[in-house]
Amino acid sequence: MITELLLILLLAAFLGVELIHRIPSRLHTPLMSGTNAISGITIVGAILCSSVEGPVASVVAAIALFAASVNVVGGYVVTDRMLRMFDVSETAGRTAATGHQTDETET
Amino acid sequence: MKGVWVLSFADVLLLLACAAFIMGLKQMGRKQSAKRGNRISSLGMMAAVVGALFQAETNLILIVSIVAAGTAAGIALAIRVRMTSMPQLVAIFNGLGGLASLCVGFIGLLPRSDPNSIAHAMSAASIVIGGIAFSGSLVAYAKLAGHFGVASVTFPLQLTFNFAMLVVAVAAGAWATLGDAAAVHAIVLVAASLILGVLGVVRIGGGDMPVVIALLNSYSGVAAALAGTAIESPALMVAGTLVGASGFMLTRVMCKAMNRSLSNVLFGGFGAASASSGSQQPTGNVAPVSVEDAYLMLEAARSVVFVPGYGMAVAKAQHAVHELSQLLIANGCDVRFVIHPVAGRMPGHMNVLLAEAGVDYDLLRELGEFNESMHLTDVAVVIGANDVVNPDARDNPTSPLYGMPIVNVDMARCTIVIKRGMGHGFAGVDNALFTLPRTRMLFGDARSSVAKINEQFVA
Repeated sequence: MITELLLILLLAAFLGVELIHRIPSRLHTPLMSGTNAISGITIVGAILCSSVEGPVASVVAAIALFAASVNVVGGYVVTDRMLRMFDVSETAGRTAATGHQTDETET
Repeated sequence: MKGVWVLSFADVLLLLACAAFIMGLKQMGRKQSAKRGNRISSLGMMAAVVGALFQAETNLILIVSIVAAGTAAGIALAIRVRMTSMPQLVAIFNGLGGLASLCVGFIGLLPRSDPNSIAHAMSAASIVIGGIAFSGSLVAYAKLAGHFGVASVTFPLQLTFNFAMLVVAVAAGAWATLGDAAAVHAIVLVAASLILGVLGVVRIGGGDMPVVIALLNSYSGVAAALAGTAIESPALMVAGTLVGASGFMLTRVMCKAMNRSLSNVLFGGFGAASASSGSQQPTGNVAPVSVEDAYLMLEAARSVVFVPGYGMAVAKAQHAVHELSQLLIANGCDVRFVIHPVAGRMPGHMNVLLAEAGVDYDLLRELGEFNESMHLTDVAVVIGANDVVNPDARDNPTSPLYGMPIVNVDMARCTIVIKRGMGHGFAGVDNALFTLPRTRMLFGDARSSVAKINEQFVA
């Protein structure tokens, strides 16, 4: 069993390195907050742990559940917001440029 | 053997989730597909959560209501945050991920009917890494939000003390693994890891923040993977390891952009090394320039490149800079932005600020692709950047910065440096750029200086 677990870790590690290889630095922040959201996968662990009995375990599982769900949802939403901004900045940039041109003809 | 070939609904969701994380990450590497990649990855997360809910035996209503509360809090934080505060928010989310892994590891060490030494070892490791990610991220948050300054905090025997804490953590982990795990081991592990995280990050100075943020991001992934190994959940293992590996790659990119090793960032105080050599530089003549002259230089320029740094973020000058770039473009000038990988306080910080201000993504250039054409540029405008434009890093082997890749603004036909005063950058080193004959210094607050230049254009 331990070999299979280690094999999964090994393959995922190499895959992670390959996926991120040579990503443009312009996308570093969304990449970071996006992967940050993925690391909130512990929410699954927290759900699975919530069946462990005992008052201590219940409280700790509840903390894990809350923290991980803030991490997951907040991470995805803020990444999406950021990436939408990257899109908008192109169109906004162009309209602003034309706006300034009309300004100059007026003055 | 029959059972091996039967996939439960939860298993199918799990496989879909892993596939979605991999595809999503792949697509996040390109600008055109990044938004879709993030959404695919979030669908994968939803599949994983639904799958886990099917497996959960008890308390479904309680679980769903806690997740709903967390969701509401996460959305509220994510929608409200200003882009200038993005590094802080990333630090908070990252810390919460570490906290969750710490908690799952903690539960794994509680006494139970079926003790398992591998699970205990993995739980102990996830407490340590998760705890470091949690407390380290909180310190990073406090530093980024300016609660106690960004300077490096050191005290005598700090490294020895940190090492002792690590030994305590390893000992407690080994004890829990070899003997019977008990809550006391878990509590010792939690305490040691939280102290380690605080002491580890508190000694990192402001300019090294991008490295630390990327590293903490990697830690929260590794902690999730370890917690997943402890409870034998492939979803946690795959997703956590992907994040751990990508965070580590990002950390390496950041270190390379500063020509420093990771251990040098984590254990070496940069300020201490450079204080001695900084004073030997003779200070040459600095040529100040007025707003009017800066305007005339820019007005006559056919091509201008902006090089922003953390100072632009501090002065909140990105909107004024965007306006100036638009005025220059309207004036028939070729405008580019060149962004150093470690400019700012987190990886990609400047890109986010400029995007928020409305700067066209296509105007942004990376260091390598632009440096060759720098000599064709009429005016390079440095706004709140210092160490990343210091030519000593390229030419002077005695400089502490030597070997760090820089933006070659000194090769432009002329350079305007917008700066509050003659203060040093993060490295505490004199900047040879400021005394070059083709460099003009425009002293003052970045936002008001740029705004004054804009007024000249409009007038």
